[in-house]
Amino acid sequence: MRDGASAGEGTTTPESSWEELVTTALLGTDRRTPAHSAPGRTAPAALLDAAAVATVRRRAGLRPAPAARRPERAPADPRPVLPAAAARRLAALLSDRSGGVPGGRRGSSPDLMELLPQWLATANAHGYAAPPQTLPALLDAARGRTDLRPAALAFAGPRALWLARLNADWRFALRAAPGGGAALPDPQDAEAVRRLWQEGLFAERAALLGALRARTPGPGRELLASTWPTERAEDRLMFLDSLRTGLSDADEPFLEQALGDRSRNVRATAAELLSALPGSALAARMAVRATACVALDRTGDPSAIVVEAPHECDAGLERDGVVAAPPAGRGERSWWLGQLVEAAPLGVWPERLGGRTPEEIVALPVADGWQGELHAAWCRAAVRQRDAAWSRALLGSPSAPEAGGPGAVSLAERAKLLAALERAERAAWVAGFIATHGLSEAFQLLGVCAVPWAPPLGRSVVDALNIARDAGSYPWSFSGVMGLAERCLDPAEAVRLEALLAIPDEREDAAPGAGGYWAEAFQRLVTTLRLRAAMTRELTPPAPPAKPPETAAQPPDAAG
Amino acid sequence: MGGPTVGGMTEQGVRWTAEQVLALAPDAASRKAGSRLGAAGPWSGTGSGEGAVWGLCKGSGSRPYQTVVDLADAAGPAYKCSCPSRKFPCKHALGLLLLRAADDGPVPAAARPPDWAGQWLASRRGRAEARKARSGTGSGAGPAADPEAARRRAERRAERVTAGATELEQRLTDLLRGGLAAAEQAGYGLWDETAARMVDAQAPGLAARVRELGAIPASGAGWPARLLEECALLHLLDQGWLRRDRLPDALAATVRSRLGLPAAPDGPPVRDRWLVLAQYDAVDPKLTTRRIWLHGAASGRTRLLLSYGAAGRAPELSLPVGLALEAELTAYPGGGSRAALGERFAAPAPAAFRPPGTSTAEAAARYGEALREDPWLDAVPVTLDRVVPVPDGDRWQLADADTDTALPLTQTARSRPGLWRLAALSGGAPVTVFGECGHRGFTPLTAWPEGAGEAVPLC
Repeated sequence: MRDGASAGEGTTTPESSWEELVTTALLGTDRRTPAHSAPGRTAPAALLDAAAVATVRRRAGLRPAPAARRPERAPADPRPVLPAAAARRLAALLSDRSGGVPGGRRGSSPDLMELLPQWLATANAHGYAAPPQTLPALLDAARGRTDLRPAALAFAGPRALWLARLNADWRFALRAAPGGGAALPDPQDAEAVRRLWQEGLFAERAALLGALRARTPGPGRELLASTWPTERAEDRLMFLDSLRTGLSDADEPFLEQALGDRSRNVRATAAELLSALPGSALAARMAVRATACVALDRTGDPSAIVVEAPHECDAGLERDGVVAAPPAGRGERSWWLGQLVEAAPLGVWPERLGGRTPEEIVALPVADGWQGELHAAWCRAAVRQRDAAWSRALLGSPSAPEAGGPGAVSLAERAKLLAALERAERAAWVAGFIATHGLSEAFQLLGVCAVPWAPPLGRSVVDALNIARDAGSYPWSFSGVMGLAERCLDPAEAVRLEALLAIPDEREDAAPGAGGYWAEAFQRLVTTLRLRAAMTRELTPPAPPAKPPETAAQPPDAAG
Repeated sequence: MGGPTVGGMTEQGVRWTAEQVLALAPDAASRKAGSRLGAAGPWSGTGSGEGAVWGLCKGSGSRPYQTVVDLADAAGPAYKCSCPSRKFPCKHALGLLLLRAADDGPVPAAARPPDWAGQWLASRRGRAEARKARSGTGSGAGPAADPEAARRRAERRAERVTAGATELEQRLTDLLRGGLAAAEQAGYGLWDETAARMVDAQAPGLAARVRELGAIPASGAGWPARLLEECALLHLLDQGWLRRDRLPDALAATVRSRLGLPAAPDGPPVRDRWLVLAQYDAVDPKLTTRRIWLHGAASGRTRLLLSYGAAGRAPELSLPVGLALEAELTAYPGGGSRAALGERFAAPAPAAFRPPGTSTAEAAARYGEALREDPWLDAVPVTLDRVVPVPDGDRWQLADADTDTALPLTQTARSRPGLWRLAALSGGAPVTVFGECGHRGFTPLTAWPEGAGEAVPLC
């Protein structure tokens, strides 16, 4: 506000007399005689009298200030409004953002912040708009947790970017948004697409290419090819990597040409992409090389595999993406063999190895200790080529004794192999694994299962938790799986958990107090599942008004 | 329904929203603990009926806690829980109300509460009825105290206040004789001692103002002018007291209330539908002061309710923003905004109306006008209509959408997270904002979006 009385008249404006009063007060009336004096008043009292009048006059005269430049209006958000119950739930989830006591016991209440990702995913799936007043809390949540950012920013929508421009704390939102918040052009608008591709910043161009590959892979590749020779090496690598989305045989000529690229990383990525196309020329070359190294034993046992690893890595191999120098501690011949087998299409092996199925091939003995090397390379190939039959064969039976221990196939590789299977089969395999080996090794495998967990998987996890409780250990040894179960178990399973909520009688061999802690942990699990069910229900859009039945035109004589 | 209804109470209280429930929480920890209990998991035997909600909440012990909330009383909810918490309401009561606030309604309607809940409800309501009856018949008899003794007590206190005001005048004149520059070195000590003397003189209003003087020299550029302003207003208050017999009645009443002397609401009770505009707490180590702004739908008045909580306890009165309650309010003497809440006729219910708004120029003028009645006033309650929050360097303004004038936001408002909620709600479009407008600027407390939409609390 400004002082409305400042444009006073006369020689002594109120403003200058106020300045005069302040100066006198600062120095003291002993040092400076005040201009105002009144009969019968001491100098300080007269100064206070005058200052009181001036203060009230200044305050009473305050007038609004000129307005600063107004911000542009935030872009409209056409998405439908969040249902009221869901909006309240969001406010509750966001208000729990500060989280519990770090390292503290979690007690029996759900961790609301952990439910936010799921809430956001569901809300985004329905395409709701965020209530504007929740945007600051959403941006703060996304600022604190990078894993939340994509979903939180997608939900927050265009107004959040508008808001982020006003607050330096939220700059990350502008960086994270494709094109700094500018909308990508319609893929159909060829002219706009071409202009953005030629004039845009790297992030905008990468976002554009990614969007095009997701919908129309062919034109996306052509756009990249149009400027390929002029791109910088690190940009070529990033753009090439985005061809993973929508990869098909149509991309082969372009990738084959990229095998001759100046940059070694670009060549390696091109080779990797080509080897994921079993019909490509590179895959055929690799098939020839790999089958030359692996054969059935013709001299000794005809049902065993012998391996003759390559003796050299020539220029042709290197052009096809084989890295010549092995990492420290590895023999170069086994290193080359691994890369050949990994890049060869898996379809060549049944024919090469006596018409056997993948299961039979995996079961064959391998001579001279090459089994680990060979099976590991097949695993990588199955993951890269997303081959369900080979993944299944290499995973083996979940209840096999070696499945739980350190075998040729590590847990991390198993998790990747599982991703090639259909979700039901994946869930069944992990369920079988848990039933045999318990939960201690299951965390990584559970992480690749589809959410919510299929009923057999959910049951096996609950049963295993129950067994762990009966074994008398503490629940926090299983806190990772417990946390996953809270987020991934089907809420319908809550009913089956009711029986586990009671505190069992303490047994002599059990850890002291463990029963109570388990009851608490199951309590939290059930509460969280209920909460998730409520969340999903609240986000379900109200049913559209039912169409009047077609028979309505007829006279309502049926009742008569 | 055939159940007995208690006079003046609603059979089924309005279902509150989660925010409204959380506004009842005594502190942030309770709010968090309560919201975690607001899911079906730990609850069993829940039900609602006869204006009450009840349920059993599983805690860490073997016996679940018995929690009941009585919502039928127009004077606000009452709570009972068998847990040992001294928080009020406890997290179980909050959790139970949240559970009921959820749309999926895991709290079924029941014909009558279980015995453990029913007994408490019956005895509580019986007491309330008895109290009502007593106050109805007892008002004619008046306070039993001796009016002569009361007059003597008031006289004695007036003498002490006069002594305090005289002493304070002396300190102020000494200060200005030596200069404010010297006060900068003196620091808090000088003011704390003077404030203690004012407490002894039974003038808490003077004591509070004196204590605030101590912080001004450290408040940054322009402090001499601010210190002079506050000293001058303190001097004005002293002088007002010393010459109170020559002041108009209303101004004398204002002086008494500014000094912190007790006053009873004496205006005629105004019955209206009062919309809750804002509720916020000022927390002091010893005392929590809750301010609730209400707007009367028919009277058009904006009134302030004050309620207090001792150290660490939430003030008992809690009214969720956006609801309206049918009640009587009685103004305090002196013509200010403050009022006392009298009889309530119905529990707070969602309200669709907003307070009528005005322009920034009119808001500033209203503050100026109000100083005529109370020169010590820091701000007046104002609703601004069609204003846009505008960043102005590192400050913010509320600018009229249709003119080129704006009110700057106060420093308090700039540092609150509510500022960003306001900016987000507006998105550059005009909004309606209720807040306090004064010499430090405008402090927004509640906002409404341009189109339809609920009130968004900003404090």
